[in-house]
Amino acid sequence: MPLSGLQIYKLLPQTNCKECGFPTCLAFAMKLAAKQADLKDCPYVSDEAKAKLEAASAPPIRLVEIHGGDGRLAVGNETVLFRHEKTFYHPPGLFLHLQDSEDLQALGAKVAEADAYEADYVGIPLRLDGFAVEAASGDAGAFAAAVSAVRERSQKPLILLAPQAALARAGLEAAQGTRPLLYAADGENWEAMAEVAKSADVPLAVRADSLEALADLTQKLAQTGVEDLVLDPQVSGYLDSLHRLTAIRRLALKKNFRPLGYPMITFPGQAQGADELLLAAEHIAKYAGFIVLDHFDQAELYALLVLRQNIYTDPQKPIQVQPGLYEINNPDKDAPLMVTTNFSITYFSVANEVEGSGWPAWLMVADAEGMSVLTAWAAGKFDAERIAKGVKAFNVDDKVKHHKLIIPGHVAVLSGELEEELPGWEIMVGPREAVDIGSYLKAMWSAS
Amino acid sequence: MTIDIPKETYSGRVIEITLGATAEEGGTRSRSITVGGETALPYLHFEGEIPHPPALGLEIRDRKPDDWSPLLYQAWGEAMQDPADWARAAEAAGADFIYLVLSLTDEEGQTTTPERAVAVVKKVLEATGLPLAVIGPGQADLDNELLVPVAEATKGERLLLGICEDKNYRTIVATAMANGHLVESRTPMDVNLAKQLVILIHDMGMPMDRILMDPTTGALGYGIEYGYSVMERLRLAALQGDAMTQLPMIVTPGEEAWKVKEAKVGEGVPETWGDWERRALTWEALTASTLVHSGADVLVLRHPETLKRVRAMVDNLMQPVETL
Ligand code: B12
Ligand code: SF4
Repeated sequence: MPLSGLQIYKLLPQTNCKECGFPTCLAFAMKLAAKQADLKDCPYVSDEAKAKLEAASAPPIRLVEIHGGDGRLAVGNETVLFRHEKTFYHPPGLFLHLQDSEDLQALGAKVAEADAYEADYVGIPLRLDGFAVEAASGDAGAFAAAVSAVRERSQKPLILLAPQAALARAGLEAAQGTRPLLYAADGENWEAMAEVAKSADVPLAVRADSLEALADLTQKLAQTGVEDLVLDPQVSGYLDSLHRLTAIRRLALKKNFRPLGYPMITFPGQAQGADELLLAAEHIAKYAGFIVLDHFDQAELYALLVLRQNIYTDPQKPIQVQPGLYEINNPDKDAPLMVTTNFSITYFSVANEVEGSGWPAWLMVADAEGMSVLTAWAAGKFDAERIAKGVKAFNVDDKVKHHKLIIPGHVAVLSGELEEELPGWEIMVGPREAVDIGSYLKAMWSAS
Repeated sequence: MTIDIPKETYSGRVIEITLGATAEEGGTRSRSITVGGETALPYLHFEGEIPHPPALGLEIRDRKPDDWSPLLYQAWGEAMQDPADWARAAEAAGADFIYLVLSLTDEEGQTTTPERAVAVVKKVLEATGLPLAVIGPGQADLDNELLVPVAEATKGERLLLGICEDKNYRTIVATAMANGHLVESRTPMDVNLAKQLVILIHDMGMPMDRILMDPTTGALGYGIEYGYSVMERLRLAALQGDAMTQLPMIVTPGEEAWKVKEAKVGEGVPETWGDWERRALTWEALTASTLVHSGADVLVLRHPETLKRVRAMVDNLMQPVETL
């Protein structure tokens, strides 16, 4: 929590020597509080005061970053409890759980498949974030071999599930050149794990089944100098997960409670009696930073990735595409011309259908301030005037010979006004839903 | 170390609303269901009361629909041929209530008549003891024409009637008031619009404990985040004491999720979308479960399997256990 000017003043030498360029220490403190001055400009501030001031300006939830061969993931540093208050910034990483006890060949195949997974959602590529490799065998050599096998097939960041110093060391060695998350320190092993994490300079997860125990541990670990910590509150179902993750997020944001001011990791597949998928979805909405999944299933992963994208969209800025005239399937001057809005979901539902139908076509994307067809129409952002303006601004006449424009069926009411705005044009009313565009073109365009 | 969990205490409380009436309550239902009554954000039992689990309903139609996903036809099979069978199947699948939507036309393409609507509603009421919602086809004139005789023929049953929107609510509200029913008040994802319509309905004389607020739902991938945030804002406003938002919220994730390509279509879609059936069921389940977390009190679903999955989740969320 940022300090007030007066709180900062109390930490300054209070000699008013003016060397900082301000007439008094108080004036300097006020500027510091407003972030318009730099603490370095006072040569006399004590180390103790410096540490306090720095701690106070640190974010309430620490940003923790890991990286693989090339992939990177940073989580934490969230500032609100509800997305409408501002936005959620750092989407949780989704990791696939692997065990070193599995046959290396099978493991490798699994990694290759999951690593290659990439789905498209409104032009945004969606992927898995990395792999969580578990030292289930208890054997350092086997663990190192599994980590190496994963790295041979993927550049994504890793989580090493190796709660024993010797295993952890072996895994980290095999992961050299990357920055994995090490999992986990607990009440028994924390000193040894801290040492390993510190010497490798990697973030360390901490697990305990009560918030008190968690906070005790993080404080001990912070004292050993491990700064990048990740919390595992060991949840077992929807309810305790909701309560614990909410309590931790609140403590960090509302109380600036440092011992729990770290991102969280969850294992929704390990919770007894819960549906991994629904629990993972809860963790996306309610505050996890790393989510380790036991299953790789394309259908389910796709849904979770879309949910993550939705929850982490900035509520102030709908996802949009650039207005303009788009070509689909190499259209010529006689190809049909359609108009839609620049809301990404709208644009891609139409563009994908047209593309899939095989019809070469022109798709004019009007500037509707990122709104869907009906929303924009209701808000006066998708009207005859705007569409006509687009026809001129995008030089449609240079590219399309005919004067026929297909409009979305939902805004059939626009056709009259459009005929006035675009004299000499024929306005055709398309189907309501994009799925029907192919059959519509077959029936209506071929005939016209 | 002992940790002081920051707890919020709110002055506001969501109204409790009962759907359906038993014989003692003046109807014929074998049981009624009550929702609402919260004094805390969803399932945060440690700082307030969440007296009731959300009610999970299944949507049925007065006849087999023309354009549902093949997966839904598979799930319901022959039962879809007859609304009474369908209602019984929905009850057997574990629904808390039945959400009956009347179609625009009958099997022959003729506009649905009031006689037919009343007959179907009566048949469904006989087939099941569950509380019932009766929803018009979604065209103002026809909705009014069908819902008024339905409301009159079922006086005292505490049906949920809908859908009231800003352009068409008066007739439905008037008949619901006269015959002891409830109404669904739907507005397009906006806190102020939600309040305004509730005010208009309440001003007609409808008691608050007979209005369910429908903030409008978007499917996963198709605007769920708008609905999610509007619901969080409405619930916060309710708890902070804004009376016109203190109503239980009803959402229709079944309809929204099954409308989108991910759920509806099995062929000609990207390979990365994976197995169709799993994807479709996941789509409905995630849309619904996410809305449970943003404060939904009443959820209308379409697939019996989704109902089971969401039920298991809300059962867990309602457990009286220590978690902190
Ligand atoms: C999400 C949403 C919002 C979001 C905005 C999302 C966005 N960025 O656009 C928010 C919450 C901000 C919003 C606000 C409003 N909304 Co709104 N909103 C919706 C909602 C729930 C979904 C819209 C959506 O995203 N659909 C998905 C996209 C892909 O659909 P689409 O663009 O129509 O595209 C489809 C078709 O049209 C077709 N298509 C598209 N282009 C083309 C082109 C051609 C050639 C063809 C053939 C087909 C085609 O293909 C697509 C897929 O089939 C709908 C209700 C619903 N469930 O549909 C209401 C809805 C659109 N909203 C409505 C209203 C009234 C509003 C507001 C005016 C309310 C208000 N007074 O505040 C505001 C306006 C915004 C403003 N003033 O800033 C009304 C419109 C009523 C009407 N018929 O005019 C609706 C229908 C809700 C309702 N039933 O009342 N809304
Ligand atoms: S340099 Fe430091 S001690 Fe001197 S006036 Fe500025 S703040 Fe005060």
